[in-house]
Amino acid sequence: MSVRLQMSGIQKRFGATRALADVTLQVQEGEVHALVGENGAGKSTLMKVLSGAHRPDEGRMELEGQLYQPASPLAARQAGIAMLYQEGSLLPHLSLEENLFLGQEECRYGFRRQQIMRRRSLDALERVGLSELDPNMSAAKLSPAQAQLVELARAFVSGCRLLVLDEPTSSLSRRDVEKLFSLIRSWRQEGMSIIYISHFLEEIESLADQVTVLCDGRSVETRPLAEWTRQDIIRCMVGRDVSQLYPDLAPPQEDCVLEWSSGEEHLQLRRGEILGISGLIGSGRSEFLEALFGLRQGPEAELGIQGHAGYASPRQRWQNGMGFLSEDRKERGLALQLSISDNLWLSSLPRWSSPKRRRSEAEIQVQRLKIRCPSAELKVSGLSGGNQQKVALGRLLQHGCDLLLLDEPTRGIDVGAKSDIYHQLRDLAAGAGGQPPCAILLVSSYLPELLGLCHRIAVMREGQLGEAQPREQWSEHSLLEASLS
Amino acid sequence: MKDTLWTLLKGDAGRFLVLIAIVLLFAAMVPGGNFGSWSNLENILIQSSVVSLAAIGATLVILSGGIDLSAGSVLAFTVVVIAWVMAKAGDQPPSFMLSLLALAAGLGISCLCGWINGMLITSLRLIPFIVTLATMQMFRGLTSGSARQTNIYPPDSWLNSIMDSVSGVQGKAWMLMPPAIWLTLISALSIGALLRYSRWGRHVIAVGSNEDCARLCGVRVLRIKVSVYLLAGLFAGLAGVLQYAYIGIGQPTTGQGYELMVIAAVVIGGGSLSGGEGSILGSLIGALIIGVLFAGCVQMGWAKWLQTFFTGAIILVAAILDRLRQQQGSA
Ligand SMILES: Nc1ncnc2c1ncn2[C@@H]1O[C@H](COP(=O)(O)OP(=O)(O)OP(=O)(O)O)[C@@H](O)[C@H]1O
Ligand SMILES: [Mg+2]
Repeated sequence: MSVRLQMSGIQKRFGATRALADVTLQVQEGEVHALVGENGAGKSTLMKVLSGAHRPDEGRMELEGQLYQPASPLAARQAGIAMLYQEGSLLPHLSLEENLFLGQEECRYGFRRQQIMRRRSLDALERVGLSELDPNMSAAKLSPAQAQLVELARAFVSGCRLLVLDEPTSSLSRRDVEKLFSLIRSWRQEGMSIIYISHFLEEIESLADQVTVLCDGRSVETRPLAEWTRQDIIRCMVGRDVSQLYPDLAPPQEDCVLEWSSGEEHLQLRRGEILGISGLIGSGRSEFLEALFGLRQGPEAELGIQGHAGYASPRQRWQNGMGFLSEDRKERGLALQLSISDNLWLSSLPRWSSPKRRRSEAEIQVQRLKIRCPSAELKVSGLSGGNQQKVALGRLLQHGCDLLLLDEPTRGIDVGAKSDIYHQLRDLAAGAGGQPPCAILLVSSYLPELLGLCHRIAVMREGQLGEAQPREQWSEHSLLEASLS
Repeated sequence: MKDTLWTLLKGDAGRFLVLIAIVLLFAAMVPGGNFGSWSNLENILIQSSVVSLAAIGATLVILSGGIDLSAGSVLAFTVVVIAWVMAKAGDQPPSFMLSLLALAAGLGISCLCGWINGMLITSLRLIPFIVTLATMQMFRGLTSGSARQTNIYPPDSWLNSIMDSVSGVQGKAWMLMPPAIWLTLISALSIGALLRYSRWGRHVIAVGSNEDCARLCGVRVLRIKVSVYLLAGLFAGLAGVLQYAYIGIGQPTTGQGYELMVIAAVVIGGGSLSGGEGSILGSLIGALIIGVLFAGCVQMGWAKWLQTFFTGAIILVAAILDRLRQQQGSA
């Protein structure tokens, strides 16, 4: 085996923030190299340096022994390095084929060479297991999981030898994750190198050959997977032991906060209760939450929220004491160009308030959630993915709700912070610090989280909500069964 | 410390320095050497106040992620309506009540126009650019029609004096500045304070930054938008009052192309046409930069095309500087 990529002494600053202090990374041919670290440790930045999106301030990169200095993402792609971005980058108005070849069209005298491109796009689609798709179809018609695979296919069109996957599974369902993993394993067989970033240590244990931990912009340690234990990795990342990932739950109270029934289906949520909804992506879980919150037309149903009956607008929902966290952080969850403070306050602004007061109270929330930022006046777009998610969650804490609707609340959040958030959710549900206990409706694709945090779990299948059962009666296996069959 | 100074310079302080620099440049170049005199500067301020006032409204619209192309037409409509009411007085000077009535009618019409813009945009879910492009023509047509396509010549009233300069004028010096400038200042301060301190103001910015997110957070997006266009109408109307005072007649063709000058002022002042960014102070400085440039060109005896060309160039430079600033912020 030979060394495919060697990065040494990489440094990168953004204004006053030092994102990368000193990173050394070596990736072999035919290896899955996992990169782990806390939110804001610099993983995405490192990969953007590698894929030509950012230029490093300092440091040297070598690709197969040659000095490598990509001037742009296109140059990186031509050198054989492809990156799958955390957020999708397909153009909806173009066909699959046009998307695949965007920026690298096969042309002669300025004319597209249809035949060659058709053959190569069919080839690439087959390699990502999408041979049933027509390259002429519009990219807008793809499901999110398919769209991600098509983006991967793009890598094969350009003859990629090093593939970077930055949290690829955060919006995939379990089945699609399995499919992706088997694809990754087969590519590894063919000698491709893969850098894999994830906050799910289970995934890393089942996939990686080497694991590198990044902490505060430094590469702390690289070892083969077999020489790491899960506790080691966490300690190395977070700098402390996370002994109890999931908190103990307090029993819920008697009074109902939410009552919903439609035909056979029904749902009751008591104060102090955390109720999980499991199911495949696209099974209608998010739509259900959105309908409850008044963001879309709900099905014919009896609905009562703390004595208020029927559907209402989001504004009225906030006034009823209900809060909602959208799974789509970029599009609807956050106003990326506004400051952290403005985002935290957006739903709960008093009629008059001074910027100073807004900032000082936002700082409290920033500390409570350990959001890594120089000040609460920073634009949210300058935060790392996980820290952005914390801001979105922070808004609900700032508002003080009685009923929280959370859609994938810990997406992209690191292990240590996840544990903090679980404990905070539990405290909210149990009513800590003089607050009345609240009820939480939690949609998640991460089964251990549902089993660890919820009193009861219901499964959604093709828009039908099943009976909620106490968590003791579920296992990962049975949850999966129920969502499939 | 160095960093904070630099960010300040890149913001409104930097724009202010550019303004000062342009003033100094013309002061050095204009023959006679009285470009920098207070009475000349006062005149420039007076002449800029029309665009400044309208730019306050346009800042709100642009902050909320929209655009208003109808400002010039609304301004003309107001001018004509005021003149039309004033002309009812015949030959003798209009009574105080009649002038008030004229004022109310003019501002009422401008608010109505703004409200119509807002309602069309929100209830039909049309794009602001298209809606205001259409209403720009429609309001202009109505203006012409209501003036029967000629100028209206109303008698003089106290309204005509609000644009007069006061420095060194017997019995008026106590005002310090002409009423027109006071009006602009007070409007700017109150809207600036609303943007900073009130929930409504933060909501305007949130709507411009990410409408879906704002709606999800319980912001009444439609109401905010209507209120913003209504205010834009009101400020275009106030600008119309000043314009009426300045030209003294009901001229239906007045204010043509002002909408673009107003938008230019906002953009020079740091406003982003994709919403969520901009400031009242910046827009005022933008309007002043345009005003100084115009006055400077006139006093240098340069041709009109040069003024037009320079305005365009300044917009381009402002946009480039903005781009650089954003790149520094994010990359
Ligand atoms: N465009 C940017 N402008 C300013 N600061 C940035 C920018 N991108 C990243 N940063 C900062 O660089 C640091 C590293 O961010 P990065 O996105 O690499 O973290 P990460 O390890 O990918 O975290 P996560 O697990 O949350 O995705 C963070 O402190 C972040 O605030
Ligand atoms: Mg990241």
